[in-house]
Amino acid sequence: MSASAQAEVLVRARGLIKRFGSFTAVDGIDFDLYRGEAFGFLGPNGAGKSSTMRMIGCVSPPSGGELTILGADPVKEGSAIRARLGVVPQDDTLDVELTVRENLLVYGRYFGMPRKVIRERTEQLLEFVQLEDRAKDKVEPLSGGMKRRLTIARSLINDPDILILDEPTTGLDPQARHVVWDRLFRLKQRGVTLILTTHYMDEAEQLCDRLVVMDHGRFAAEGSPRDLIARYCSPEVLELRFDPQLHDAAAEKLKDFSAERTEVLADRILLYVPDGDAALTEVRSQAFEPVTSLVRRGTLEDVFLHLTGRRLED
Amino acid sequence: MISELTADRPAVRGSPEPPAQALIFRAFRCWLTVYRRTWRSSIWSSILGPICYLGAMGFGLGSLVDKHGTASLGGVPYLAFLAPAILASSAMTTGMDESTFPVYGSMKWNKIYIGAQASPLRPADIFRGHLLFMIMRICLNVAIFMVVMCAFGAERSAWVVLAIPAAVLTGAAFAAPLAAWSVTRKTETSFNVVFRFGMIPLMLFSGTFFPLSQLPAWLRPLAYATPLWHGVALCRAFSLGQVNWLEALGHVLYLAVLAGTGVWAGARTYSRRLYV
Repeated sequence: MSASAQAEVLVRARGLIKRFGSFTAVDGIDFDLYRGEAFGFLGPNGAGKSSTMRMIGCVSPPSGGELTILGADPVKEGSAIRARLGVVPQDDTLDVELTVRENLLVYGRYFGMPRKVIRERTEQLLEFVQLEDRAKDKVEPLSGGMKRRLTIARSLINDPDILILDEPTTGLDPQARHVVWDRLFRLKQRGVTLILTTHYMDEAEQLCDRLVVMDHGRFAAEGSPRDLIARYCSPEVLELRFDPQLHDAAAEKLKDFSAERTEVLADRILLYVPDGDAALTEVRSQAFEPVTSLVRRGTLEDVFLHLTGRRLED
Repeated sequence: MISELTADRPAVRGSPEPPAQALIFRAFRCWLTVYRRTWRSSIWSSILGPICYLGAMGFGLGSLVDKHGTASLGGVPYLAFLAPAILASSAMTTGMDESTFPVYGSMKWNKIYIGAQASPLRPADIFRGHLLFMIMRICLNVAIFMVVMCAFGAERSAWVVLAIPAAVLTGAAFAAPLAAWSVTRKTETSFNVVFRFGMIPLMLFSGTFFPLSQLPAWLRPLAYATPLWHGVALCRAFSLGQVNWLEALGHVLYLAVLAGTGVWAGARTYSRRLYV
């Protein structure tokens, strides 16, 4: 029984496409989202993450392909589906003139909830996001982290089946981010299904059971954070920095070095290797002495940069 | 608090959607909650506005006009001629105020529409709920104006009560199409154009302050075509008790078609803007 409950597909996409005029934002993606999992969309800006989120949020009709959410068609039954979703948009859409509690009241009413139920849930949710002592305050003076937590509380007012978070911690300071992560992690442990987009790799690594790396509207890779690191990166990375005058010569010498992959950047050379310390000893014997060297484990960030490139896109 | 697993819920597919009126009402109530913060100051300006207008124009300017004979006004004092027209034009002003910046702001500033969109409300519900609130604001201002107007003794007939729905219809005939248009705006510059080249000329040349017979003949048809003139003519006929029912029906039809077109268009423009 638990096996069938785990296998319940909440969102199913096949060949999903979103076009804006001649621009294709989402270019034929397939995925299944299962109940209870945390699913992440990673990708640089403009990769199609937010367009995908908007389609799942039933506020953007797909241009092609198939999309089923909670077993229903988002175009024909968008209103009924949205009644069961929670959305944390990229930019806060709180009414800053209203109080914390009023924001939840207005939102609860959108979902047709009775006042009494809204009041009860408001107390519980404000406690959950640690804003109970700000209930009567206006939203305006709250910090960015508090506003984000309030947005999360608001998105939970209808007890959603799926919580959609578009870059939930972008723009927050590290303390505020950790509080948000902590709350999201608790939601996940309570069995709430999460879909999130992010370009913070640590966020994805902490929260996501499964993730996709998106680039130019397509999936460049798919799997658990651990799988992706194993598949697209090495266990360890050796970062070397040479004297700028010797940089090019060192790069030339290290070309034939027996690394899984070598990456030459403007000021550093990265060697993707199984054992960083062993590689460093070998480098020292073969090439020049590096000015600085760093051995670290391979991360999701390496995977991300490998798959989407190091170009700047804004 | 957050339910463990929500598998026992009814299926989404084929579940009955709440009726549109219910969804519109939910959007409307959001605006009431927002209005609770500002109603006091807005009520004061709604009371002081008509007092200033009727006092200065009706009595001040009116005493000058009345001295020179009011045959061209139909033999009534200037105050009685002016007051119902100001009623109609202030309904227009309220309609325009409520359907421009607040609509634009709901997309760009406080993002009320964007927030509401992530709920069962559809773009058309969001539009109609907001329109309902605009009409409520118009009703409120018209009612206050009517009280002040009667306190000034500016009404000449008991038919004046019908000037209330007439003025509300006038306001709605501006609010609905303007809201449908405002939501499509990406910048706020065009709103000033609407106020400067739309609202002010309309107030001046729609038979508000002087009868259209005073305009050159070639300009009159233009004035007859403006929606405000129909609202002014309607309110004035009721207030003076000089009702030609056929003409009144024409005015009502004109305004109702305009409002109806706005309601129809708004559902489309809101969808196009919100549902992309």
